[in-house]
Amino acid sequence: MPRLIKGEAIIEDGWTWIEDKAATLADLPAGPVLVPLTLWQSERDGLLDRDGDLGIWLDSDEEAETIADDLGHFAVIGLHFPAYADGRNLSNAVLLRSRFGYAGEIRALGDVARDQLSYMRRCGFDAFQIPADRDPEQEIAGLKVMRDYYQGDVLEPQPLFRRIARPA
Amino acid sequence: MYQYDEYDQQMVDDRVAHYREQTQRYLAGDLEEARFRPLRLKNGLYIQRLAPMLRVAIPYGSLSSAQLRMLAHIARHYDKGYGHFSTRQNIQYNWPLLEETPDLLADLAKVQMHAIQTSGNCIRNITADQFSGATPDELLDARPWCELIRQWSSFHPEFDWLPRKFKIAVNGSKLDRAATMVHDIGLDVRLDDAGEVVFDVKVGGGLGRTPVIASVIREGLEAKHLLTYLAAIMRVYNRYGRRDNKYKARIKILVRAMTAEGFRDRVEAEWAHLKDGPETLTGEEIERVHARFVTPEFESLENDPTALTDALANDAAFARWHAHNVHPHQRAGYASVTLSLKRTGVAPGDATDVQMDAVADWADAYGHGEIRVTHEQNLILPHIRQRDLYVLWQEAVKQRLATPNAGTLNDLICCPGGDFCSLANAKSIPIAEAIQARFDDLDRLYDLGPIYLNISGCMNACGHHHVGHIGILGVDKKGEEFYQISLGGDATNDAVIAQILGPSFKRDEVPDVIEQIIDLYVEHRNDGESFIECVRRIGIDPFKERIYAPSDQG
Repeated sequence: MPRLIKGEAIIEDGWTWIEDKAATLADLPAGPVLVPLTLWQSERDGLLDRDGDLGIWLDSDEEAETIADDLGHFAVIGLHFPAYADGRNLSNAVLLRSRFGYAGEIRALGDVARDQLSYMRRCGFDAFQIPADRDPEQEIAGLKVMRDYYQGDVLEPQPLFRRIARPA
Repeated sequence: MYQYDEYDQQMVDDRVAHYREQTQRYLAGDLEEARFRPLRLKNGLYIQRLAPMLRVAIPYGSLSSAQLRMLAHIARHYDKGYGHFSTRQNIQYNWPLLEETPDLLADLAKVQMHAIQTSGNCIRNITADQFSGATPDELLDARPWCELIRQWSSFHPEFDWLPRKFKIAVNGSKLDRAATMVHDIGLDVRLDDAGEVVFDVKVGGGLGRTPVIASVIREGLEAKHLLTYLAAIMRVYNRYGRRDNKYKARIKILVRAMTAEGFRDRVEAEWAHLKDGPETLTGEEIERVHARFVTPEFESLENDPTALTDALANDAAFARWHAHNVHPHQRAGYASVTLSLKRTGVAPGDATDVQMDAVADWADAYGHGEIRVTHEQNLILPHIRQRDLYVLWQEAVKQRLATPNAGTLNDLICCPGGDFCSLANAKSIPIAEAIQARFDDLDRLYDLGPIYLNISGCMNACGHHHVGHIGILGVDKKGEEFYQISLGGDATNDAVIAQILGPSFKRDEVPDVIEQIIDLYVEHRNDGESFIECVRRIGIDPFKERIYAPSDQG
């Protein structure tokens, strides 16, 4: 079973990420699945009738607004990083948390590595699927790299200047 | 100068420790080059043609004497005894060892400096008028607002992996010396009719391959909304800016694709959600940051003290320097001084460790310990007592920092070019030197009046050639260096992109072409008409005819 950084721990993960955007209902394995947006849009009823937990994933060119009214159906939302330098899904994560109030798991998928984790976490990600060729035990060190930050974020919406009386 | 508090210091110290750990992982082989690359870039470290290059941030071009001494120490200890001041008011070192960069950054942190976000696809150093807090035409001091933006944009979790680099400039004076019209975001800070601080917000300006003048998308933005409005712009850009082609990834391309009105509507819709949110500035925070800019304890002085007027009357060389390199000040009895880094034979913007130490000493002795870096790549002593100008000048002469050419053709902007930069198509420093050597007669230079000549060694336009009155761009033609010349650019309030004259020239032809351009100006100018005014009036066709006609007929 693949290992996942969840919160601040490493756990065994029971979810299956359906990477193929052309996947159909019939392709889905048993158990919890993260389905592509296209499948949700075309097979909504079938997915809701299915046994097993449902999650969805968005690619970096897909928008959180598309699923804003459906968030209650998803135990997990995956956000895909096709390349580590593609920051679009950081904005999607912030929107899911701070604008649409999503409280379930937001999972980073794709090219996810240690040095992005602290930024992802501050944008609202709480789970990180580390590619098989990397060791989550090493990567987890990237969750927290600095003691504090100036601006607010999803974890701490208040910026430093509203939290602390800084000396004039 | 903004004085760090314990939180600012902690932020910088933590980043040094984190960078050290990242570098160690890279050197140990635990972090592959492809992943280390964006991390080191976000900390200003490039791998260049000859060696690594480290770009150190000089926020809004403002330095204390202690900071400049540290920059001198770094030049001496980690480099070959000099540094290069860049067109974004930063300093670049061309020869540091990768292994030593964590120690170098730790030294910088001791004087409240860093290299955070000086490269990479993130929000870069915030730039401003070099005469902020000193110039008589100032409406409001831009620096505290730059500092507020610097803090907000440092380690911003959402905007650290943008489609492309992102540059913000703030202007608070009547004359825009910060080139805000050619930045990703340009801000004008001013007082509105009710006496409240407001911002005019411009987006989508830029140089590079596709030069564009910015569009105003909001006027009179209340100061407290500054950061939330910037966040709205950044979010629209982060989500919709192109990522498929790095040459079309800057915000200017997005603004053009959406149209300025369409882009503004997206920003306003986004801002409706962010407005009045937690990032809204409080009066206390605005006051706090202003208060941490310690204003020099200016003396009550009179203008034109006898120490100055006597020297002006008796020393023609000093008078010449005073006429060109001394800028008026807000306070009676004070002046701002341009120390030219444009001496012929020295790469424009380069200064040695000895020179930097000397400038720091003069800042302490005569100028309230402050130094500024200009985007024209000179150093400024912003607060000099007029009675000390003559003494200062004599010392500057000894350090070869008193070249009296500020604002003239020889005060040219020039990128490092093919001598150092791995992106360059052509060398730029030898072109600068050849032009300076050609125009070595000061009386002639002064007669020509203010001319901005800007040289870039490639399309990335670090030398701002698009907005030079005369622009020179290095291009590569089948392995040979050629130079394209343009005319009529302007980076100030009514910014204009220069027009290309025509086919490019070989390197040794360039000084002759510049001379032809200058001669034609002298023939055509009306009384008191500056070069740029003349070019605007007569257009570029007469220049084209002069330069290209002979060979066309032959």
